[in-house]
Amino acid sequence: MAGAVAAVLGLLLLLGSPGASTGPPRDSLREELLLSPLPSGDLAATFQFRARWDSELHREGVSHYRLFPKALGQLISKYLVRELHLSLTQGFWRTRTWGQPYLQAPAGAELWVWFQDSVTDVDKAWKELSNILSGIFCASLNFIDSTNTVTPTASFKPLGLANVTDHHLLRYAVLPREVVCTENLTPWKKLLPCGSKAGLAVLLKAERLFHSSYHSQAVHIRPICRDASCLSVSWELRQTLTVVFDTFSIGQGKRDWSLFKMFSRTITEACPLASESKIYVDISSKTQENELLEVTPLPLSVHEASVQGDRRTYAVYDLLSPSLFNVSRSLNVQLKWKRPQDSLDLSTPVLHAQRYVSGYGLQTGEISTLIYNTHPYRAFPVILLETVPWYLRLYVHTLVITTKGKENKPSYIHYQPAQDRRRPHLLEMLIQLPANSVTKITIQFERALLKWTEYTPDPNHGFYVSPSVLSALVPSVIAMKAEDAEQSPLFTSLFPSSDGSSYFVRLYTEPLLVNLPTPDFSMPYNVICLTCTVVAVCYGSFYNLLTRTFHVEEPSRGGLAKRLANIIRKVRGVPPL
Amino acid sequence: MLLFAQFQLTVPVSVVFAKGALPGAQWRRLPFTDTQEEESLLNPKTSVTARYETTYRSATATEQAALAMATVQEADAELLPLQEDSVGALTVYVIPETSLLLPQGIGVYVGKHRSAVMRRTQGPGDVLAAISDRVRQIVQAMSFTTDSITTALSDRVPMDQLGTDTRRPFKSSLGYEITFSLLNPDPKSHDVHWDIEAAVNSYVQPFLDKLGSVANFSVDSQILYYAVLGVSPRFDKASSSFILSALSLPHVINPVEARLGSSATSLYPVLNFLLYVPERVHSPLYIQDKDGAAVGTNAFHSPRWGGIMVYNIDHPAPDKAPLPLRVDVDMVRVMEVFLAQLRLLFGISQVPLPEEFLLESPGNKGLTDWELDRLLWTRTVENIATVSTTLTSLAQLLDKIGNIVIKDDVASEVYHAVASAQTAMLELASGRLGSAFQASKEAVTSSERAFFDPSLLHLLYFPDDQKFAIYIPLFLPMAVPILLSLVKILREAKQSKKEPMKTD
Repeated sequence: MAGAVAAVLGLLLLLGSPGASTGPPRDSLREELLLSPLPSGDLAATFQFRARWDSELHREGVSHYRLFPKALGQLISKYLVRELHLSLTQGFWRTRTWGQPYLQAPAGAELWVWFQDSVTDVDKAWKELSNILSGIFCASLNFIDSTNTVTPTASFKPLGLANVTDHHLLRYAVLPREVVCTENLTPWKKLLPCGSKAGLAVLLKAERLFHSSYHSQAVHIRPICRDASCLSVSWELRQTLTVVFDTFSIGQGKRDWSLFKMFSRTITEACPLASESKIYVDISSKTQENELLEVTPLPLSVHEASVQGDRRTYAVYDLLSPSLFNVSRSLNVQLKWKRPQDSLDLSTPVLHAQRYVSGYGLQTGEISTLIYNTHPYRAFPVILLETVPWYLRLYVHTLVITTKGKENKPSYIHYQPAQDRRRPHLLEMLIQLPANSVTKITIQFERALLKWTEYTPDPNHGFYVSPSVLSALVPSVIAMKAEDAEQSPLFTSLFPSSDGSSYFVRLYTEPLLVNLPTPDFSMPYNVICLTCTVVAVCYGSFYNLLTRTFHVEEPSRGGLAKRLANIIRKVRGVPPL
Repeated sequence: MLLFAQFQLTVPVSVVFAKGALPGAQWRRLPFTDTQEEESLLNPKTSVTARYETTYRSATATEQAALAMATVQEADAELLPLQEDSVGALTVYVIPETSLLLPQGIGVYVGKHRSAVMRRTQGPGDVLAAISDRVRQIVQAMSFTTDSITTALSDRVPMDQLGTDTRRPFKSSLGYEITFSLLNPDPKSHDVHWDIEAAVNSYVQPFLDKLGSVANFSVDSQILYYAVLGVSPRFDKASSSFILSALSLPHVINPVEARLGSSATSLYPVLNFLLYVPERVHSPLYIQDKDGAAVGTNAFHSPRWGGIMVYNIDHPAPDKAPLPLRVDVDMVRVMEVFLAQLRLLFGISQVPLPEEFLLESPGNKGLTDWELDRLLWTRTVENIATVSTTLTSLAQLLDKIGNIVIKDDVASEVYHAVASAQTAMLELASGRLGSAFQASKEAVTSSERAFFDPSLLHLLYFPDDQKFAIYIPLFLPMAVPILLSLVKILREAKQSKKEPMKTD
């Protein structure tokens, strides 16, 4: 019996081993850069590096890495992560003037993770995971604890292959105070197989990237289907970096730009490991307003796609095609505007939002959120997620939602009240936005008093409240073709699209800065000093009283002062002392 | 420094005489037991006593049959089930001079397991006395010598002289991460593939399975592109190759290390093994030793860090082959080097032995039983020393901060660590190596847990000198009148002393 089992095992091993060594490479890398002039005249450059690995990371014993970074792979298999999304952002994406972002991230650090259903203690895994990520990315993610972690019920759905939607496996946290700089970029670049030595990553020079209006870098890990039949799972790591350059300040008042002007580098080769390496330049306005701009060198091909409800035209430079580097050794994409354009019509995006704090004094206040739907005739629902720290005590009975002067009843509300020093407020609502309307959501709060050790190092700066999150399926203005999402540039394949008539948008509002009643932190020392002085003075006089010997002094001729006084008295005609 | 200053290590040895190995008069005295001790002083406070408990007996019928086999390897395999299965216990079989079991010129055969076969030496006088020296030599080779124990303690015990080799082995730890990295600095011209998964399964894993009782191991691998060595090699015209001299090797590791990345998910020390495929413009690349000769394996190791091997690629004529050139790494050649380095880094080095000793090769496991025992002896001693230093520094910390709070669980960990360490000492003294090692491992775990308990962070406690600073505003004004009146009293006392002198 045992012999038979051994023989079967041996056979299995024989069958299993050759498959591992021969066969196509099990991982691949694609790199893309999208350069899109923004309506305001700025320029957004979006890098995306997609590593795909045909491997079951959760299976025991997978520990041999090639293009997929080892640090992240170990993390996923140890903490049984189903999906991980981390973004580090400096600056704020101005939706009104820059248009709809491809992938927006809130200012600061954002982390949301779906765990496998086999994880028993999600909170512990979340805590350890955020600590390790903090080490990998040199960010203060270790400040993520129960006071800023929430479990949204509707806003964050898994983006990858998942049949689990039990939201208890989800954790979401934002650190709006996080400052992003070079030390976060370097470890991010280190995860790329080519580092910053070859390919598009050559352009990622820290001193240029952080000399910009907006900088956002992100890591998205998710399981995806290996092939069309979707019988097995592959893992996908997307590293994205978005940066917005102010072309006016770089180009001395002109809106022309080139790769060299922005990044002070040009591209000489594709990353040799990449199976695809492309630069897309958004030249949509060229087709609309006949020949307003020109790009040099001439693009090899032009790609048309409908992205976010808009038809877009892209000039494509395929770095892997040998003809590209035939003419010159390096590629420096340039864009010139033929006519100086003073007023670009700012087409306002269909969905945008803003948020502010109102009220006076240090006791109460009000958070107001304005959500705009500029679609001419379509209404659509939006999910709003608010995370408010516990030290702002929300009064839910003051929650008012008004649209066009009338009360707008949300069709779904999930509210989890805060617990002092343990968890934040969580408010999730599904709100219907009528066509061409502004919806105002206000809620009042009271400011709590903190213990003196709970204040941040600079308490008079104020306390950040993380941005609220809007998730919506926005109906598109034009009819979108159901096309192969893999072919379209960048992020169109990250969010699942339901059908051709709408597209998914996730927006973040501004983080809020709220002043809390702040004590004078030198007060304890002042009190100590004052009491000590009082005690010392009392003690001194008391001591003097006790130790001095008093005796009556014989009147004497007096000193110089007395004689002087007597002279004065004589002059005044008063009897001398 | 050390709490336990006296180590006593007992090795149970049985010496089995085959028929004809002893003259009749001494044969009749069998069996009997004999104990010998050997003490050595490491420093004034630490001493190591080796106790050899030797049992002399005659061979049983089955053992006699095994020793009559044709080759010594067969005899070794046959004798294995007859030995008591005890870690650390050794058996030496003495065969008569005329036996053909051992080849000509070989006096001692050390097997794969915990036994050795020796030929009775020719000599007048007492046979037992004559062989006891030889037995001592065998036992020391198969268990421990004073030197190996000294090496193990070199980190924990202050000692006067330290050799260069003492710092080579990794410190004792409960687990290790082994990372194999393939460095390909030139992916444009080389498309390097290695079948690391199969190589690890067939070469490294058996070795690690054998070591499984010593520590936990995890193995992973990665391929790093555009990772270059820190020094640029020198071109040698004579051999038209590039040379990396031994002097520049220390500078090689640092720039590479930034790319390697530490293990994100565990706290165990990492052993790095790098396979470096030089760039096309720098190949072939050879490592030169201090005398200027090329190193045969083209590899070197860095103590307590890992090893690096340079793997050169044969280049066909430049214009013939399209770039990148596909290269499949010969894993047998690579793993031979890495396994040898792994053994070195764990301190399983070959012991210098006289020429007439024949060592059986460890086979596909890469490790013999007695080599494992050697490792266990030194590791046990090292663990006990680690526990003692950890607890000593914890005690020093507690002495420094008077008002530190020791929680009950920390206290129980400390008690457990001390108890386990004492158990380990006792077990060592009574010759039970296996349980001694387990106890020492437990002691290390508990002591580390106590030492790294977050409640014992000294920054959590307010230092006493700063408390004094806070009360300065109180103390200073209060002190002024007191001091002034003290001065006044002194002055008056002086005056009153002077005045009677004057009247005299």
